[in-house]
Amino acid sequence: MENLNLEIITLITGVILVLIGIWGLLTQKNLIKIVIGFTLFDTGIHIIMVSIGYVKNRTAPIIDQSVNINDVGNSVVDPVPQALVLTAIVIGLGVTALMLTYVLKMYQKRKSLEINNYNDLKW
Amino acid sequence: MVKNSLIFIVLIGFAVLLADLFVGFNGNTDLNTLANHYAVSGPEEVGSANLVTAVVVTYRGLDTLGEVTILFLAAAIVSFLLKVEAGASLNRKLRSTSEILDTASRILVPVIFLFGIYVFINGHLSPGGGFQGGAIIASGLVLMLLAQPAKEVGHKLITLVESISGISFVLIGVAGVLFAAGFLDNKLLSLGKFGTIFSAGVIPIIYIFVGLKVGAELSGIITNLHENQNEA
Repeated sequence: MENLNLEIITLITGVILVLIGIWGLLTQKNLIKIVIGFTLFDTGIHIIMVSIGYVKNRTAPIIDQSVNINDVGNSVVDPVPQALVLTAIVIGLGVTALMLTYVLKMYQKRKSLEINNYNDLKW
Repeated sequence: MVKNSLIFIVLIGFAVLLADLFVGFNGNTDLNTLANHYAVSGPEEVGSANLVTAVVVTYRGLDTLGEVTILFLAAAIVSFLLKVEAGASLNRKLRSTSEILDTASRILVPVIFLFGIYVFINGHLSPGGGFQGGAIIASGLVLMLLAQPAKEVGHKLITLVESISGISFVLIGVAGVLFAAGFLDNKLLSLGKFGTIFSAGVIPIIYIFVGLKVGAELSGIITNLHENQNEA
């Protein structure tokens, strides 16, 4: 149990969220629930990225009183994955809004949220 | 049955793919070379106390421009799909807003807007930045629309703010090519005293435009979704 430290716990949480998201994408029939599955997938990947950038016993990459300005390289975590996740969250938000808009238009057309009622592309 | 086992196999496949990540992963004890460069030379080169901001706005500024473009595209498609004909009035009966929500929103909405502006102006000093500040502003708009569903939010104003801030962002980048080292270079203005609000060159200015642009885009998405509620 001694190697069950912070980054491993967050990494496992992220992987579990990704798997729940994929399960939701594959099994759910309701369009809104499929969007929720996608969002969980997204969030899980963000958590994985941040936990991979974590460095033991260090603080956030912001230089304030808790960081010695002459020794920044040895006191902060990796800023690059955090910047990437910042980007990914915003894009995820845009994509989610877009998917919900498609769901709304589909519902207005057919009055149904069941994926089984949309078989136009099925052969 | 076959379908269930297929889903199970796909899940196991993804689990195996991801297992590589934490088999033998015991956490990092050191920064890699690139991150070390950003952490050690970032304060001198960029002058931003928040190293994430330094990476987002200056070292990877072009990526941020692309990201803002993607968000703009998403907002544009949403507003294209959810266009409501002018004059289509609310055709649903609404209960009047409760006293608590109404009063609370009157007090809180200006405070939330102000907090959003604070977050993106201080993006180079404290946690936060343009994207977060814009999202906070949009959340204030959600509260306002919950309290006053019949209120019309001006699309013209949203479009104007969005276009002006987007163009200014690109113009600052081009000015960097002409007067400083390269596209989106932040030494266009002097770096100032480290850790004060007028520091880090053009980073605060870029983040103000990014904050306004993101706030306007998210507000546009929210307004469009809100105006479509009565049709379903």
